[in-house]
Amino acid sequence: MPAAKTIKVIGRRTINAVWRIGLATRFFFLTLVYSGSSFRRFHLIVKELFSTGVMSLIIIIVAGLFVGMVLGLQGYETLKRYGSESALGSMVALSLVRELGPVVAALLFASRAGSAMTAEIGLMKATEQISAMEMMAVNPIARIVAPRFWAGVISMPLLAALFSAVGVFGGYFVGVVQIGVDEGSFWSQMQAAVDFRDDILNGVIKSFAFGTVVTVIALFEGYDAPPTAEGVSGATTRTVVTSSLAILMLDFVLTAIMFRGN
Amino acid sequence: MSLSALVEIRDLNFSYDKRPVLEGINMAFPKGKLIAIMGLSGCGKTTLLRHIGGALKPTRGYVKVDGQVIHELDQDGLYAMRRKMGMLFQFGALFTDMSVYDNVAFQMREHTDLPEEIIHDLVLMKLHAVGLRGTHNLMPSELSGGMARRVALARAVALDPMLIMYDEPFAGLDPISLTVVGDLIRRLNDALGAASIVVTHDVQESMKIVDYVYFMANGVIVAEGTPDEIRASDRDFVHQFVHGEMDGPVPFHYPGGDYRQDLNL
Repeated sequence: MPAAKTIKVIGRRTINAVWRIGLATRFFFLTLVYSGSSFRRFHLIVKELFSTGVMSLIIIIVAGLFVGMVLGLQGYETLKRYGSESALGSMVALSLVRELGPVVAALLFASRAGSAMTAEIGLMKATEQISAMEMMAVNPIARIVAPRFWAGVISMPLLAALFSAVGVFGGYFVGVVQIGVDEGSFWSQMQAAVDFRDDILNGVIKSFAFGTVVTVIALFEGYDAPPTAEGVSGATTRTVVTSSLAILMLDFVLTAIMFRGN
Repeated sequence: MSLSALVEIRDLNFSYDKRPVLEGINMAFPKGKLIAIMGLSGCGKTTLLRHIGGALKPTRGYVKVDGQVIHELDQDGLYAMRRKMGMLFQFGALFTDMSVYDNVAFQMREHTDLPEEIIHDLVLMKLHAVGLRGTHNLMPSELSGGMARRVALARAVALDPMLIMYDEPFAGLDPISLTVVGDLIRRLNDALGAASIVVTHDVQESMKIVDYVYFMANGVIVAEGTPDEIRASDRDFVHQFVHGEMDGPVPFHYPGGDYRQDLNL
């Protein structure tokens, strides 16, 4: 009975998915519960901020620059049709601050820092480093997971802000320096159109939410990975795929809540 | 022996997915003694070690360490107990993002309020005891397998534990490292007055250093005694294992169908 078999497979996969969501939620709450020691020993978070945040700077800056430049080109071509080239600055800035900055930076963060976190923790598990820590009476969630979680949560909004800032300069370079849009209108329109609370703060909230989701997924996948080469490789792939989908879905939900009717 | 035993195991049973892994295990590990648990891969040796460390809970029976039943301890109690234990993992399990020095200092920093100057001296003393004081600035990736095992040994005894567990400490070592690690295990146990449990298949090396041996097969103890008693044993399984014979109670061939039929003859 192929139909019964299909239903059985779907049912098993659904149960597995729900089970994993439950485990990940429990893992998230345990991370929050055991975060106290990370803040008492802030140097642990600082160390992780370097590997997750600072080491992601190059990819964020380069990607931000090119996204801004493309926005400058595409925006100019579109706005020119309506004679609104002077609005290029506000278009570039709003696109970046509201949407592209948080989303693209989070996607890059998931690919670069998230996959690295998963692989690192998965390998620590495969080489019994996590078991060794437990045998030394040190809680691995407090010592390994929590500092990485907070480093991810702190660095994501900063990286998104940097992405948007560099992107604005990319748009400026193409629009003003290369094409010749008026510099004064580029900056003044941007200043007039971008609202601190509605645009910048909402963008920061988005990137904070993305940072939380990506980091939890990356850490959970690493911690839950089967301790084999295949297991770690599969977990790393799942981190990038699941994080990317979660970012896009969450972006829709947050955008619907934040910008409805604006 | 059991009255003064630091570790006492009584009627220990453990099943995994209804498959029995340990059945009716009774053992005692007194202070000052170095005891080996030997047996084939998959016979339950490491599972037994994990019960002593509190990583698994028995389905029946108990493991008592220093008078306390391990599986009845809450997390704080278990962590307090683990501070009195040291464990050497099969391939060392050194923290790869920390230097040799930081690996050995790890527990001192986590569990004590000692000033860094004292930790510095203690770490160098522990590394000196395993002959690797000069490696304190190196990363684990810069060490050979034998050196990594010795650093892990220094880390395992960092807080002078009363119980030290070794999971396959001789696996994959060259003959010189093998002798060095074996000698260190004996000397460290004697110096600390601890109880040491060595899970191993390395008959020749472990027989040189241990005081007592438990032989396990299929989750039960099949023989026990001093190294001399084990060497002289006429039990088929023990004889095959100790002398490394290809065939015996443990068959060379994995059970399969008819050979002729498999070859289509």
